Amino acid sequence: MSAVLVAENLRRTLPGVVPVTLIDDASLVIDRGEFVAIMGPSGSGKSSLLYLLGLLDVPTSGRIELDGEDTTAFDENRLADVRLRKLGFVFQFHFLLAEFTVLDNMLLPMLRLGRLDPQAAAERAHGLLALLGMDGHSHKRPGQLSGGQRQRVAIARALANDPLVILADEPTGNLDSHSAANVQKILRTLVDEHGKTVITVTHDAAFAGRADRLIGIVDGRIDPHWVPPTLAPVGIQATPKSQ
Amino acid sequence: MMPLALRIAVTHILARKRQTLVSLSGIVLGTAFFIAVSALMRGSEQDFIRRLIDNSAHITVSDDFRSAGLQPAAERWPEAVVAIRGVKPQREVRGIRNYREKLRYVESLPDLRVAPVLTGSVVLTFAGRVQGMTLSGVIPATIADVTTIEEKIVAGSLDALAANPNGIVVGQGLIGKFRLAMGRNLAVATSEGAVRTLKIVGIFRTGNAAYDETQGYVLLKRAQTLLDRPNRVNRFIIQLDDPYRAREVARQIEQRIGYKSVSWIEASEDIMSLLLVRNIIMYTVVIAILLVAAFGIYNTISTIVMEKTRDIAILKSMGFHARDIRNIFVAEGVIVGLCGSLGGALAGLGLMHVLGRISIRVPDMPGDLTHLPLDRSLDQFMLAFAFAMIATIVASFLPARKGARVHPVTILRGAT
Ligand SMILES: Nc1ncnc2c1ncn2[C@@H]1O[C@H](COP(=O)(O)OP(=O)(O)OP(=O)(O)O)[C@@H](O)[C@H]1O
Ligand SMILES: [Mg+2]
Repeated sequence: MSAVLVAENLRRTLPGVVPVTLIDDASLVIDRGEFVAIMGPSGSGKSSLLYLLGLLDVPTSGRIELDGEDTTAFDENRLADVRLRKLGFVFQFHFLLAEFTVLDNMLLPMLRLGRLDPQAAAERAHGLLALLGMDGHSHKRPGQLSGGQRQRVAIARALANDPLVILADEPTGNLDSHSAANVQKILRTLVDEHGKTVITVTHDAAFAGRADRLIGIVDGRIDPHWVPPTLAPVGIQATPKSQ
Repeated sequence: MMPLALRIAVTHILARKRQTLVSLSGIVLGTAFFIAVSALMRGSEQDFIRRLIDNSAHITVSDDFRSAGLQPAAERWPEAVVAIRGVKPQREVRGIRNYREKLRYVESLPDLRVAPVLTGSVVLTFAGRVQGMTLSGVIPATIADVTTIEEKIVAGSLDALAANPNGIVVGQGLIGKFRLAMGRNLAVATSEGAVRTLKIVGIFRTGNAAYDETQGYVLLKRAQTLLDRPNRVNRFIIQLDDPYRAREVARQIEQRIGYKSVSWIEASEDIMSLLLVRNIIMYTVVIAILLVAAFGIYNTISTIVMEKTRDIAILKSMGFHARDIRNIFVAEGVIVGLCGSLGGALAGLGLMHVLGRISIRVPDMPGDLTHLPLDRSLDQFMLAFAFAMIATIVASFLPARKGARVHPVTILRGAT
């Protein structure tokens, strides 16, 4: 399997009188079609790492290569273009645009990219919504949907431009257990049946258990020996990639 | 298919109808007032200037010089003369010297009409009452060409004056004050003491009370004998076909004949600068109204930007550029500004219509209704539109730029 995302010696420091180091010397390689879970204590830097890997934040030092492209020297607009074409995001909060219908929310990234004409984009949107069991709701507003339904629309939107990598930050954090299980299943399916790469941050050990690999973060550093507390007794071992 | 930014902008606006309506009505009112006030001010200014042009001589050549001539001693020894004491003005009969020759020159100029006038002060006595009067000696045929006096005559005529060397035309104010009537005689005394009896052959009424009480017209010849200035006039009154050439023609005449020639523009400089001040005040006020309206737009767009930081964050994380985000909010301002200024132009037209229907009864002029003078020219619509658009674009650009700078990570962190 080929690497889709390579991070080398990432460091992210917030400047200030007392500089805060969010991520310290993180290196990792993520392969195409891999399902990776990032875990760690609260405040350890999971989201910060995800923002760096998702090219939303720029590392203070270090290098990120996405799909063979070194993004180090990219300016804000080029990073945005890479995100548009190759990345999809799902957050704990759904972040759907409240005044737009489900369908229009789906269309925004597609029309921005402009690869498809409006007709084809709408067809694709309907297809993705159907994949997530949401096609019947395409003309509703986000406010008319349940939390689980909104999150499924958010996943569909993340898939709109057929991204290489989907980055999710606690996508089930706000959901009831039934909806959470559903979202987890969907992400797993995306990897297994659609060849997507998924990187997700989660507090949920059961969710992490569905992943191919678990990356532990403690105090901004990747900790190969970190074991999620609830998994340890059951005997499932985290498999951090050795450097 | 609308551009994406525009589509998002329209959706934002439609989702905030009340707020949008408030800032919209600000622009509508601002533009409408701009147009209506401008129409009124410009209309009254044009009306005023037209009256000024109609009722005053375009150029008056008088028996004055702009600068006093040099004393003979100063002319003889220009280097040596330091000061001359006890200079007495020359006691000459005032008036334009050799006026016939100078009149011929002015008459030779194209596109103008000229009338020679001799003006002087006399004293009227009637039934024991005495009053000063400014007497103008005129040639009826030429004075009718350069003043509106003929239109203002309410009884008798200038022709009657031409036919009667002892006739006089006076104002209605004097008639009322002295209880006179057509055909009655008036005793006119000059400062030299000569007294002559003149017969009233015409009555005029200009509406200017002072003028109607103190002015009188006689034949030029009669004035010359009365005032003891044979073969002299002290004024040329000139009307031009194009009143705006007055300054230039006046300069030309003055250069040629030497006597002071004053155009109406020069004569009304104080009024002109008053009009300028009035315009400055007006435009300051209407622009202030538009600025307040622009603050309304600024406020609206700022609020939307603030409410939409999450949307901005997600759009940017999806791959929208800062410029795309800015365009969304600028488009919102432009939509409001465009609708507002178009609506304002319509409302301005409506206001003009209402103002145009107001009629004013001028006191002392029974049956004479005047309408507010309005300037309906297109350029003030353009001006109001341009101001409104510039104001709204600036007002929306500032918050839009702020919105475009929102960093998605800051918002994402805050939201989770
Ligand atoms: N703007 C900031 N200024 C100072 N410290 C910050 C700032 N943003 C984040 N941090 C700190 O950086 C650390 C990492 O934050 P991050 O959000 O990545 O943690 P996390 O592992 O995602 O936590 P959680 O599980 O609660 O989501 C935290 O200790 C946080 O307090
Ligand atoms: Mg987090």
